[in-house]
Amino acid sequence: MATNGIGTPVKRKEDLRFITGSGRYTDDIHVPNQAYACFVRSPHAHATIGAIDTSAAAAMPGVLGIFTGEDVAADGLGGLICGWMVKSKDGSPMKAGPHPILAHGKARYVGDHVAVVVAETFEQARDAAEAITVDYGVLPAAVDVAKAHDSGVDIHADIPNNLVYDWEIGDKAATDAAFAQAAHVTRVDLVNNRLVPNPMEPRAAIGHYEFGTDSFTLYTTSQNPHVARLVISAFVGIAPEHKLTVVAPDVGGGFGSKIFIYAEECVALWASRKLRRPVKWTSDRTEAFLSDAHGRDHVSVAEMAMDQNGNFLALRVNTKANMGAYLSTFASCIPTYLYATLLAGQYKTPAIYCDVQAYYTNTAPVDAYRGAGRPEATYLIETLVEECGKEMGLDPAEIRRRNFIPKDAFPYQTPVALQYDTGDYEPCLDKALELADYAGFPARRSQSEAKGKLRGIGFSAYIEACGIAPSAVIGSLGAGVGLWESAKVRFSHTGKVQVLTGTHSHGQGHETTFAQVVAEKLGVAYEDVDVIHGDTSKTTVGMGTYGSRSLAVGGEALVKACDKIVAKGKKIAAHLLEAAEQDIVFQDGNFSVAGTDKSKSIGEIVFAALVPHNYPAGLEPGMEETAYYDPANFTYPSGVYICEVEVDPDSGVTEIQSFTAVDDFGNVVNPMIVEGQVHGGLAQGIGQALFENAVYDESGQLLSASYMDYTMPRADDLPSFVVHTTAGTACTHNSLGVKGCGEAGAIGSPPAVMNAIADAIGTRVSMPATPEKVWRALQKTNLAKAAE
Amino acid sequence: MTSVTMTVNGKAVTKDIEPRMLLSTFLREELGLTGTHVGCDTSQCGCCVVHADGDSVKACTALAVQFDGASVTTIEGLAQNGTLHPMQEAFRDNHGLQCGFCTTGMIMSSVDLVKKAKEQGITIDEHYVREGLEGNICRCTGYHNIVKAVLAGAQSM
Ligand code: FES
Ligand code: FES
Repeated sequence: MATNGIGTPVKRKEDLRFITGSGRYTDDIHVPNQAYACFVRSPHAHATIGAIDTSAAAAMPGVLGIFTGEDVAADGLGGLICGWMVKSKDGSPMKAGPHPILAHGKARYVGDHVAVVVAETFEQARDAAEAITVDYGVLPAAVDVAKAHDSGVDIHADIPNNLVYDWEIGDKAATDAAFAQAAHVTRVDLVNNRLVPNPMEPRAAIGHYEFGTDSFTLYTTSQNPHVARLVISAFVGIAPEHKLTVVAPDVGGGFGSKIFIYAEECVALWASRKLRRPVKWTSDRTEAFLSDAHGRDHVSVAEMAMDQNGNFLALRVNTKANMGAYLSTFASCIPTYLYATLLAGQYKTPAIYCDVQAYYTNTAPVDAYRGAGRPEATYLIETLVEECGKEMGLDPAEIRRRNFIPKDAFPYQTPVALQYDTGDYEPCLDKALELADYAGFPARRSQSEAKGKLRGIGFSAYIEACGIAPSAVIGSLGAGVGLWESAKVRFSHTGKVQVLTGTHSHGQGHETTFAQVVAEKLGVAYEDVDVIHGDTSKTTVGMGTYGSRSLAVGGEALVKACDKIVAKGKKIAAHLLEAAEQDIVFQDGNFSVAGTDKSKSIGEIVFAALVPHNYPAGLEPGMEETAYYDPANFTYPSGVYICEVEVDPDSGVTEIQSFTAVDDFGNVVNPMIVEGQVHGGLAQGIGQALFENAVYDESGQLLSASYMDYTMPRADDLPSFVVHTTAGTACTHNSLGVKGCGEAGAIGSPPAVMNAIADAIGTRVSMPATPEKVWRALQKTNLAKAAE
Repeated sequence: MTSVTMTVNGKAVTKDIEPRMLLSTFLREELGLTGTHVGCDTSQCGCCVVHADGDSVKACTALAVQFDGASVTTIEGLAQNGTLHPMQEAFRDNHGLQCGFCTTGMIMSSVDLVKKAKEQGITIDEHYVREGLEGNICRCTGYHNIVKAVLAGAQSM
């Protein structure tokens, strides 16, 4: 086995550049002669755009060009697209309004891009942008998704009631029948609050058109540069695909918000062609709040039908999903195929029905954010299940155990499309109970009470679907792309290896993990493997990183490329060792003749392939193999999280006392990196539960548009976590047996925190559970008690 | 335009700049020291922390002219003679970073935090580190490993 191979907590290759400040993020790049862009953004949530007076701005120092939606239209450019077509219950296609790269005729949310100024310096561009006057005709705005249908506001022409689609899944008749038979029904009304992803690196883009070669380069903060290239060439139409290179260098976090193709990067590229100057744009934090795609924002009603023993009979859910003012790149699939298909959770509920209405509102577009649909599903189920337990008088562990899909039921077909290949839920629960010392909770609660504090414990048993695929299935569900992945393994004369992957790393440590896989599979030194990603001119093609797909899909493509290398190596070895090909065994980097001591190292084989002086006749020289992998199914990580909180009844402040996460990720390549992924996810999920909230007022102003108004979790808000990755159940349909770990923490933690708070204060509040909300809830309960 | 002179990572520099130029812009754009990152514009995130005359400073909300005559250290100047600072090593050893964007500011803050604690005889424990890093936001790590890294770095500093 390779020393730094699969299963070892190897320190990361990428860290040296990051800890020394020599990382290369988009804003660190300077293209000679670059100019700077500043956007004029709508201050109104909904307004007609009349005359735009650019005369004063145009005369200001350094200004090179000013462009508006009129110019975009005059150049005949297309708009941004939503790449997933969802059909309504009645079979009609979803209603996608136009999404121009600069607003034309109308602005639809605060921050919508109305014009752009390009100048010699950023300060000059900003000064000039402030001198532009726009004749806005302010219109009434629709903001709240629960009211979007009847708001009387038409955000897009010909889309009545702002309804994008009215979609359903599951068996309505069977579900209704089960409800009619139920001994007990538990119902919850839930709001899944809107979040701003907030990667620490703000988005940035440099568009660079080169006249001499008629070619385009876009440097951008993207999680999937090839898809950006596809959308910008095939739909927006700024550059032909073969003349466009998209480079996503070091990217400072994405969490979903950098999957999407944004107006600003398109405009930077287009303006570069118009001005024949490289054009750079860097978002400031307030622009990021206003215009990065937001996450979540569901309003739901969920009901569980049970028999007298608390066995789940049927689940019925209605959800209204806020899409914002335009459909972002993958927006439509989040509240449908990535949400409602996960509503079975870890439970063997026989009948499920869910319908989802998606609406436009005058807010920033909403799309995937860490977990994308699965956190919304998990919050809903795990809140409902906890309430079911309470109403049935069952312990939270017991209600779950009773309804878990049993170990011998896998592969398990859920009533909502997915088939879980593998899983075993009780061991995770047992381990979590042990690590969280559940048995000791009553004593800890008494101790808190003695101090005048309220202590609570909350559970969450999540499941997620990662490594989204297979392409044929998602195609039948409306996806506009295939979700395979590619990998190339390329040897040089000296036996060094370059790996080119179509995935993209923005903090996940692929340079390390992928090198470990290659070291293991080919028996080369880990140090001799370099992983290249994020540049469409270097890597073959790919679909990028999101949905915890990189290892389960991209890693498996890499394994397949390694397999091809070994297969070719066997042919060469057979020739050099004068043996039959079928007698060659490859192990730990050596090709040997079975049952003999004759062998050649992979380095010698590679050298023979590149210096083919003694070489099999008819075999192509070179040692470079490409593989594509399209998985047979999603992967299904799962886990059980337990959170313990202490609430101060005088202030309403919640303190997390402990957080225990037990996950089944299947096989693990680098346990250190996997644990780090869980930590980060937990912080984001706890952030949603306790602090974070994107708040629009009724007129559509974003009230939480800076770090002074939007509460990001900080070091002193969080505890050290207890994280345990169990031996797990390996994924059955990729050879690595991996499942994906990037989103688990954000998916599983919000309900655990909220259930713990409910347990502590005896009533439910909505997320985020701010001290004010908790305090008010406690006052209400006290008043009610006093009145009894 | 106005002239500023300062010592940055041990080297004297003089530049003519607009008086409104931020220290972060000065370091990044005028000197090409892009290890100082800008994550916000409100002094909240700490991605831009540098040391000036021995104290940590958020470079995104300070004017470069305020540092005329000062001695500034950025992340690029932390390693000495090709040897990483113990805090840099500690971040790497403890997986205290993921995307790396907050990391440079996080390391600069941590170095100052530990130095001050040692000067003042404060015990460096988890609580002290968590409170001390309140001005630095990390979106990736959940702080768990950052805290571990700072405690380890404090040991070897
Ligand atoms: S960039 Fe200076 S505090 Fe955020
Ligand atoms: S490592 Fe990405 S923000 Fe901290």
